[in-house]
Amino acid sequence: MKKNDLILIFGILILALFFYGGMTLWQKSHTDDSAYVEVKIDGELYGTYPLDEDIKERIDSPDGGYNILVISDGKASIEEADCPDKICVNHRAIHYSGDSVVCLPHKLTVTVVGGQDSEIDAATN
Amino acid sequence: MKTKDIAMLGLLIALAFVLSYVEYLLPINIGIPGAKVGLANIVTLVAIYKIGYKRAFALSLIRVLLVALTFSNMAMAMYSAAGALLSFIAMLVGKSSKKFSITGVSVLGGVFHNIGQIMVAMVLMETRELVFYLPVLIAIGTISGVVIGILSGMICSRIKVAF
Ligand SMILES: [Zn+2]
Repeated sequence: MKKNDLILIFGILILALFFYGGMTLWQKSHTDDSAYVEVKIDGELYGTYPLDEDIKERIDSPDGGYNILVISDGKASIEEADCPDKICVNHRAIHYSGDSVVCLPHKLTVTVVGGQDSEIDAATN
Repeated sequence: MKTKDIAMLGLLIALAFVLSYVEYLLPINIGIPGAKVGLANIVTLVAIYKIGYKRAFALSLIRVLLVALTFSNMAMAMYSAAGALLSFIAMLVGKSSKKFSITGVSVLGGVFHNIGQIMVAMVLMETRELVFYLPVLIAIGTISGVVIGILSGMICSRIKVAF
């Protein structure tokens, strides 16, 4: 390894940490009680579900697959799915604005929208 | 291309394919799309250093296609292809700059592989919030890049390919 390699490695890691911290702070300050999740399939809005209501819903994707969305204790997660990689099932439960669970095989995303403030942000963007 | 070159390329493609399969079997799943160890990148790196850019590029392309056809579908191949392409360009630039050893080049490859995949996902699924995955994906790409780079360097110093 060269000295430049170490500069590159630590440079990238420090930058990533810096952005991680910044993003986390933003997410926490942009989440309120009216937060909800937005479910999209292939980029199209499928439905929205408030985070303060416990639900368990089966979401069928056009290709015949399914993901089971669970909301409990203000957190959303995919409890079960028939996708091959199970990446969505392994994702931790999400709660903060901007957090998302992705199922690439089913082209599904579940994203937290923080609440009133974020909605205004989204509309003006 | 000489017969020997074709045989070598075939061997490397087979090796890359096997490593992709091993990676597919690995129980590493943290729930983030695109977060991979990138074992097959060992072969791409060794190829870049030992048989040149053009053949290494052909090898990457064929591997992505083969793996997509075998283990997933064409939509998934889009993500791998975007990752592989961006990763390849980053490694090419990194190596040409002559500023880094194979480890640094590998780190660039790992980081840009993950960036490429998540960017395609952001566009295809119209979910810009996936940008929040970037810091974690970049950190994972860096760490796996170091490991892959060290392994590739060890392989490169042991094989003497005369092309
Ligand atoms: Zn899934």
